[in-house]
Amino acid sequence: MATLHTKSAARAMMAPAVIVLLIWMIVPLAMTLYFSTLNYTLYNPISTPFIGFENYSYFLTDPTFLAALANTLILVLGVLAITVIGGILIALLLDQEFYGVNIVRLLVIAPFFVMPTVAALVWKNMMMNPVYGVIGQLLQAVGLAPIDWMTEVPLLSIVIIVAWQWLPFATLILLTALQSLSADQKEAAEMDGAGALSIFWYITLPHMSRAITVVILIQTIFLLSIYAEILVTTQGGPGSQSTNITYLVAQQATSYGDIGAASAGGIVAVVLANIVAIFLVRLIGKNLDA
Amino acid sequence: MGQIHLEKVRKAFGDVVIIPELDLQIEDGEFVVFVGPSGCGKSTLLRLIAGLEDVTGGKIVIDGADATTLPPAKRGLAMVFQSYALYPHMSVRKNIAFPLKMAGMDKAEIDRRVDYAAKTLNLDNYIDRRPGQLSGGQRQRVAIGRAIVREPKAFLFDEPLSNLDAALRVGMRLEISELHQRLKTTMIYVTHDQVEAMTMADKIVVLRAGNIEQVGSPLELYSQPRNTFVAGFIGSPRMNLLGGKEAAGYAAATMGIRPEHIRLSTTEGKWKGTVKVSEHLGSDTFLHVESPVHDEPLTVRADGEFPVHAGDVVYLTPQEDKIHRFDDKGLAIRGNGRVAG
Repeated sequence: MATLHTKSAARAMMAPAVIVLLIWMIVPLAMTLYFSTLNYTLYNPISTPFIGFENYSYFLTDPTFLAALANTLILVLGVLAITVIGGILIALLLDQEFYGVNIVRLLVIAPFFVMPTVAALVWKNMMMNPVYGVIGQLLQAVGLAPIDWMTEVPLLSIVIIVAWQWLPFATLILLTALQSLSADQKEAAEMDGAGALSIFWYITLPHMSRAITVVILIQTIFLLSIYAEILVTTQGGPGSQSTNITYLVAQQATSYGDIGAASAGGIVAVVLANIVAIFLVRLIGKNLDA
Repeated sequence: MGQIHLEKVRKAFGDVVIIPELDLQIEDGEFVVFVGPSGCGKSTLLRLIAGLEDVTGGKIVIDGADATTLPPAKRGLAMVFQSYALYPHMSVRKNIAFPLKMAGMDKAEIDRRVDYAAKTLNLDNYIDRRPGQLSGGQRQRVAIGRAIVREPKAFLFDEPLSNLDAALRVGMRLEISELHQRLKTTMIYVTHDQVEAMTMADKIVVLRAGNIEQVGSPLELYSQPRNTFVAGFIGSPRMNLLGGKEAAGYAAATMGIRPEHIRLSTTEGKWKGTVKVSEHLGSDTFLHVESPVHDEPLTVRADGEFPVHAGDVVYLTPQEDKIHRFDDKGLAIRGNGRVAG
């Protein structure tokens, strides 16, 4: 089928989609780049003089930037650690045969269908509220002092909420990987004298490595842009304790009305995301081929 | 050492009985083949011996010690799976070394044994490749290598050749037989292919629906099948089994005659028939002959150059001393007035 004719026909037919996608990407990127060089505030949108890289130096030297960068990394790594390890453990459990396993599997997947804002609000008001939240009541029931999660450990709270949302995704991907492991291999390992832990370490975990890689790559992309959960719970505070890069960028525009600085921040975020992506692909991308 | 005795072994999954009570003695150094049609419980029986399934009742004794409740690794048996079950993320070397590593053997000894196994099985050139980069036959050898490094009491083969193409299968069949000659270790081999069973076994165990139909050497089963099932299963092409008047003439409910024990003539003979299909294999010709003595075509082996074609009239004469007789329960009739060889 790969004749010259079919190739050019295929190109012609793909062209509309490719062109639309290209415009979709190029136009916002170009406009963001353009705005990032202007002194463009919502307080005076008529006059937008060109100021070169001033927005970038403003954004990068903001002391909040480094804090936000650290918070972003903690958020991403924290959620990844919880979802990958927790996902493996839950997947191992769900892979067993027990009564009602199908219903349990469905329930485990359920959090993924809850909208981020709703999930965050439910956690904030029903779980983590120090007075009438479930966790506070439980702590009080055993005689401990309740924790005011959103002010005492704001970043940890966000990590917990986001991890709760992404755990089902990780579990689902890892469970399917686990189910594709042939029983023969486990039996062969059993015959070879491997105990349960050895089978997990030498057979199951390597088998899941590709799925784990997929989970890490996909989640990282989404976790770098966490916004809604922060907005409806801590609003980046107290201070900037739970502000990540995405939230900081949005703040420039929504709180300070500074479109120029927000655009510059957006470009910085794109660059950072690409650095992370390259780093990740170098580090674990080799699991994807073979 | 490698004596395996099964005493009243039973296996049921819930209400479904796969293997009703069964006794079997496997002596040290024997090459035993479990053969039977699919679903006859032969693989289940092998897995019971391996310890991958628990017995529902009875005892498994290995080298005089009760192994019924021992975990698979403690039984000292090694298994080669139909799918090979190699570890895809490990190199050939690591695959073969895995059981030794699990046994906590020191590195130098592992290397020595792996190198020896690789040399024995001609795997030297592929030792650092992964299973995915090997052909079916090479993977099969790796699986065997992983089994032999452990120096087990017995090898268990679960249809190891069924994923290979025909030519390779014949080659591997020879290799496994040679391996048995060299190692003199007990081997239990499961297959549904009676040719594999006939060519490799010291002792064949014919199974049907979990029951042992007959145990014996390949030639015993060939010349003295105990019942119609074994008679029909062993031998290729199948034995012709005739009922009715012809059988009654031999004082039996069913009479059997193998295709190679029928004399063929174009002029005269006992049964008249018409050739329906003739299969020329070069050395032999197999004729399917329609005859009024039987509702199904009779299979007859003729010389490679026997000049007949579809539609020709031929005469068939069974060799009297090669006729098998069976009673109305399908059991062979012997002794008194015995005609069966």
